[in-house]
Amino acid sequence: MTHYKAPLRDMEFVLNDLLDFPSHYAAMPNGADATPETVTAILEEAGKFAENVLAPLNAVGDSEGCQWNDGKVTTPSGFKEAYAQYVDGGWPALSHDPAYGGQGLPHSLSTVMSELINTANWAWGMYPGLSHGAMNTLSEHGTEEQKQTYLTKLISGQWTGTMCLTEPHCGTDLGMLRTKAEPQADGTYRISGTKIFISAGDHDMAENIVHIVLARLPDAPAGTKGISLFIVPKFRVRADGSCGEANHVSCGSLEHKMGIHGNATCVLNFDGAEGFLIGPENRGLNCMFTFMNSARIGTALQGLAHAEWGFQHSLAYARERLQMRSLSGPKNPDGPADPIIVHADVRRMLMTQKVFAEGHRMLLYFTAKLLDITHHGSEEERKRAEGRLALLTPIAKAFMTETGFESANLGLQCFGGHGYIREWGMEQNVRDSRISTIYEGTTGIQALDLLGRKVLGSQGALLKDFLEEAGAEVQALAGNPAVAQWVPLVGKLAMELGEMTKQIGAKAMANPDEVGAASVDYLMYSGYVVQAYLWLKAAAVAAEKADADESGFYKAKLASANFYFSKILPRTRALKTTIEAGAEPLFALDESAFAYL
Amino acid sequence: MKILVAVKRVLDYNVKARVKADKSGVDLSNVKMSMNPFDEIAVEEALRISEAGKADEVVAVSLGVSQAQETLRTAMAMGADRGILVESDAELQPLAVAKLLKHVIEKEQPDLVLLGKQAIDDDSNQTGQMLAALMDWPQATFASKVEVGEGKAQVTREIDGGLETIEVTLPAVITTDLRLNEPRYAKLPNIMKAKKKPLDVIPVADTGVDVTPRLEVLEVNEPQARSAGIKVSSVDELVDKLKNEAKVI
Repeated sequence: MTHYKAPLRDMEFVLNDLLDFPSHYAAMPNGADATPETVTAILEEAGKFAENVLAPLNAVGDSEGCQWNDGKVTTPSGFKEAYAQYVDGGWPALSHDPAYGGQGLPHSLSTVMSELINTANWAWGMYPGLSHGAMNTLSEHGTEEQKQTYLTKLISGQWTGTMCLTEPHCGTDLGMLRTKAEPQADGTYRISGTKIFISAGDHDMAENIVHIVLARLPDAPAGTKGISLFIVPKFRVRADGSCGEANHVSCGSLEHKMGIHGNATCVLNFDGAEGFLIGPENRGLNCMFTFMNSARIGTALQGLAHAEWGFQHSLAYARERLQMRSLSGPKNPDGPADPIIVHADVRRMLMTQKVFAEGHRMLLYFTAKLLDITHHGSEEERKRAEGRLALLTPIAKAFMTETGFESANLGLQCFGGHGYIREWGMEQNVRDSRISTIYEGTTGIQALDLLGRKVLGSQGALLKDFLEEAGAEVQALAGNPAVAQWVPLVGKLAMELGEMTKQIGAKAMANPDEVGAASVDYLMYSGYVVQAYLWLKAAAVAAEKADADESGFYKAKLASANFYFSKILPRTRALKTTIEAGAEPLFALDESAFAYL
Repeated sequence: MKILVAVKRVLDYNVKARVKADKSGVDLSNVKMSMNPFDEIAVEEALRISEAGKADEVVAVSLGVSQAQETLRTAMAMGADRGILVESDAELQPLAVAKLLKHVIEKEQPDLVLLGKQAIDDDSNQTGQMLAALMDWPQATFASKVEVGEGKAQVTREIDGGLETIEVTLPAVITTDLRLNEPRYAKLPNIMKAKKKPLDVIPVADTGVDVTPRLEVLEVNEPQARSAGIKVSSVDELVDKLKNEAKVI
């Protein structure tokens, strides 16, 4: 069976040819070290680790899963050793503050690097991934003492972190959460309550785990305005920084899940555990929102990961599997049949996965670059990037994971019956990818965030700004013969998006349910248009370089763009129709009439 | 003790080599290049000797085009202390490489020189041997185990039909075989440090070495595609074909 290969050539295309990361890094205060040569060296080395260490553990993680035994959680064979190697390689430190042991490289480079880690083995990648969430919280809101105590150990990778939000009765609606924090005379807090669905919540890979917990103070106002943030270590930390006695936080059980079996999804019981307030009282959710964009982009990555993984494996299979003859005459006359890649429908499935994997890579790096600018740009640049990111984050998260799941499914389909058999790994890819449209805000929630909060909430301003800027770039390509044929189409769709937005806004004045009714289709429509904008730019760059390049890479890129515009982008036609059909068909049925059973 | 390791920039082992249209050689434009895997083993061995406290400096040397600096950075990211590139745009054949290495050795005075037994691009398997002859040093080729002692090294060599252990006095040339070790992954902090380690570039003209090719490449071709086999109906037919078609008996 083939193994995952780091797609370094395409990554370099997006970084260097399409998005000009070299100039972006050169202009960043912490970008001087991120020269193209260093970026290549880092990605090559991380790629080797992903290919040789993590990819072979992907199936092991799925078949063994994590084990709970008397409160102790054990990760699948090899996970712990791989983590030790990851820590020894210094990888957790990549984009964190040098004052606490980090390498200080740009955040976007961490995103790009984690594409490799997470595609090779999503369930494994979640352990270091969750640590990043805890590290971001600490570096932004922690006190100096908290940073010295916890952040340094998380950056070195000696400890890992979690984010404890969800409770049995509240997931999306965090205002309902009940976990209590009682102030103690010594300034600490006693944390009591139950958290569920805690990824990487307990394991045997690191000596301590730093939980970032949302809880309520005794006098806190009800709802989201009464939530505070606490640090709760699994083991209490002694004055010298070493791990002391166990804190009162325990893993009650592991969730039995559909996929990502290699990651421990825990029920965590806090029974008067010692906790430390981080950030101001009752401002916990606001503190968390500082990272919402980066957390959601981290999940958007999962759409890319499963599309790329499925594509690579189904491509290898389609080249080898001999079944039937090509309808246009044998392509492998000496063999008993042709490889299935000759068949039109198999090509449809492969090309769809390919353009989503490549398109998601473009969108992911595009948003990662914006995220850099929100941290390091000038006042004006920051504001602009924040606006773009506010708009693009829900699109990236929901669109990439929905189509990532679609791609994983197509990857399985290429294998026919064998795709349904475990040992090929394709059904694992489908199961693992399924969670991505749910956690970190479901597709429905992302769609409401996009249409309700971001687009209509800004009176259309965020969308208008983006469409104007992207529209100007698109129009500038009208004279480029290689891509001119697609420019009017993309321009038309952008205009149509603006018009539909106005229509929904008008309808919503009379009936607020119109927003929810349109939202997911609206988000998907926006996703196809945003990727069309990126594909257009990619095609323009590729056309320029295609003739001088004997490897054929740029010509292949043009063929992919052609497929995207001809076979994927027309999906917007159906979406437009369903958006315009509005809320009426959803609410025509009385709740009591839904079924006659 | 100082160790010199020679590293060559070659077509990456994962890349499918393509012959240029004019059959003058393998097409290297726009393809991934990386360190010759046998040389990676040589770097690893030098680092292990150094980490065991038996050497205090590991110097990586490469010979060739300017981009070979990336290969040297890779060696330094693994842990080599500094790098030297003898820069030349011209094709360098094994004899020229050996002479250039001799030039570097005379300047650097290492106690041990490690090289891969061959490079995966031309598979010459000559440079180490030629270098030892030019230096008049002992050589231990195809090493699968190296133990450095006081002024000497014990080397287990992979030979036809088994292993041979020999002892060489230092300075010596050792070429490394596949089973000697498994090269490490470079660590992120070392990748960053590698950028700042010294890397000297010496133009080939400054060495005074004559690098004119001694071998002439007439033509490079792809290996012939394997043709389908045939079934013979009798032993007689087989013998006939072996005699008259294959002409092997």
